[in-house]
Amino acid sequence: MEKKDDKQYVDFVVTARKYKTLLTDKYRNRPFWNKTQPGEIFSALPGTIIEVVAHEGQDVSEGDLLLVLEAMKMQNRIIAPVAGVVREIFVKEGDKIGKHCLMMKIG
Amino acid sequence: MSNLEKNIQTLREKKAVVEMGGGEAAIEKQAAMGKLTARERILALLDANSFHEYDMFVKHDGRDFGMDKKDYPGDGVVTGTGTIFGAPVCIYAQDFTVAGGSLGLQHARKITKIMDHALKMRCPIIGINDSGGARIQEGVQALAGYGEIFYRNTIASGVIPQISLILGPCAGGAVYSPALTDFVFVVENISKMFITGPDVIKTVLGEDISMEELGSARVHAEITGNAHFYARSEMECFEQIKHLVSYIPWNNAERAKSIPSCEPNVEYNIESIVPSDPRKPYDVRDVIRCIVDKSDFLEVQELWAANIVIGFGRMNGETVGFVANQPMVLAGVLDCDSSDKAARFIRFCDSFNIPIITLEDMPGYLPGVDQEHAGVIRHGAKVLYAYSEATVPKITVILRKAYGGGYIAMNSRHLGADFTFAWPSAEIAVMGPEGAANIIFKKEIMEAEDQDAMRQEKVKEYIEKFANPFVAASKGFIDSVIEPKETRSLLLHALELSALKEEFRPAKKHGLPPF
Repeated sequence: MEKKDDKQYVDFVVTARKYKTLLTDKYRNRPFWNKTQPGEIFSALPGTIIEVVAHEGQDVSEGDLLLVLEAMKMQNRIIAPVAGVVREIFVKEGDKIGKHCLMMKIG
Repeated sequence: MSNLEKNIQTLREKKAVVEMGGGEAAIEKQAAMGKLTARERILALLDANSFHEYDMFVKHDGRDFGMDKKDYPGDGVVTGTGTIFGAPVCIYAQDFTVAGGSLGLQHARKITKIMDHALKMRCPIIGINDSGGARIQEGVQALAGYGEIFYRNTIASGVIPQISLILGPCAGGAVYSPALTDFVFVVENISKMFITGPDVIKTVLGEDISMEELGSARVHAEITGNAHFYARSEMECFEQIKHLVSYIPWNNAERAKSIPSCEPNVEYNIESIVPSDPRKPYDVRDVIRCIVDKSDFLEVQELWAANIVIGFGRMNGETVGFVANQPMVLAGVLDCDSSDKAARFIRFCDSFNIPIITLEDMPGYLPGVDQEHAGVIRHGAKVLYAYSEATVPKITVILRKAYGGGYIAMNSRHLGADFTFAWPSAEIAVMGPEGAANIIFKKEIMEAEDQDAMRQEKVKEYIEKFANPFVAASKGFIDSVIEPKETRSLLLHALELSALKEEFRPAKKHGLPPF
């Protein structure tokens, strides 16, 4: 006897073949990947901006100090990953920011 | 009254004081939270009249902040020995009614003493966690206590089964003892586990999350995989533990106790469960229930990474571990979580002399950036490692799909399987027919006038040639192609034949699994 099955199966593709299956909540809530530009400076930790060193329009070289972010009881020096001109600064001293917050753009 | 009688009287009075734990008010508070007390829990879990308590009169070590004037009965933890279905166990239960079950050095030393005892006596250790955390007043002594527990968890790992119950808060460093043990049990509305609590997360990250959302029983049973068994009440949790203890041996030198064999329930008909279309889902647990004694299957980590099923059953009365792809969830793919889940279970079975039966029906690994970036390579490698490393009897039955890396990973002959069987519906191939045809016949398909028709034709051609068990059987990779109805009897035969299996590995300090 085949059991009556009232589950809500969906199509799910693995290597070009469609399978009928259920999805998990964890799968539905998985993080989506976004392409980031090398000059976009995101916070890796949540914390407080205690110093903004670079100013808009400034020419920076790779390795220059841009700002200081106090997070996890450390004053973290945020340095330029690439050389360029500081196009935009999105934070000011005293700002409390979250994780993955866009702080600065270098172009 | 003789002197002895007086002494006995004094002893009873002293015991009675300790047995009251934190006193009536604290016990009432514990009950109001829907929780049993430490002693009630132990008595409910162990065989009647089997519990004997140790170290009732241990005093705490706190000297600062006025702690020297405080008395904590039993120092907030009950330890002792007893039996479960006759199996000897060592047990401890943190007593939340005494100083919030907080852990100071003597509290920890009571725990490490009973752990040492369990290891020496080669019997399982059961820990019931219900504690506010480190006793801050004792400072670094409390940290020392945790460290000494973790060390023993590690040393005992793979020697005696270690079981943790989370029956209250278990936060900060305290979580690492359960995490090092073999099975973690959680109970709805009662268990709370996290490294940093909602308050710290709010202050530091600004993320507003409740304790339930962060680290409830359900979260650990379904999302993190920290918990192995999820219960709706403490009593249900104790029943689950008793069921588990009946399946596992007392230590790594023994085999699990066998019981009289019993046929599976006839309501499960193995031939009608698996649809012949490889794209259609079914519940692989029904296949397991067709195979195991009495159709009794104890699933482990039922809610987490449900695309793979693991658990215990019996064959001819002897415990067997099952690992099975679950086509009903995420098509039964291997991914980071399901690889972790299967690998750890395989290693448990190998440590404790439990043969492993693998039921395979999987389309491959889960595609996606999230998976690749989460390290599906190193997680997936754990499955290869665990199967290759295991020396217990290893038997595979391929029910339907066995594609690509998944075919190799799921206890293939190439990783040292002792027996490999395949149903006639098995498809053992380098990938699914659509994907393979797209690559092999790319030119023909591109050049065809009607590309879709050509693709369909080539897919059909590939299915006819390769989507079967006979190509693998022709190379000797499969021992026999069997009818589904023969599965149980052949598995019984294979287990009987491998009862005295011996297999050796080169001497080494330890291997380096890709954790």
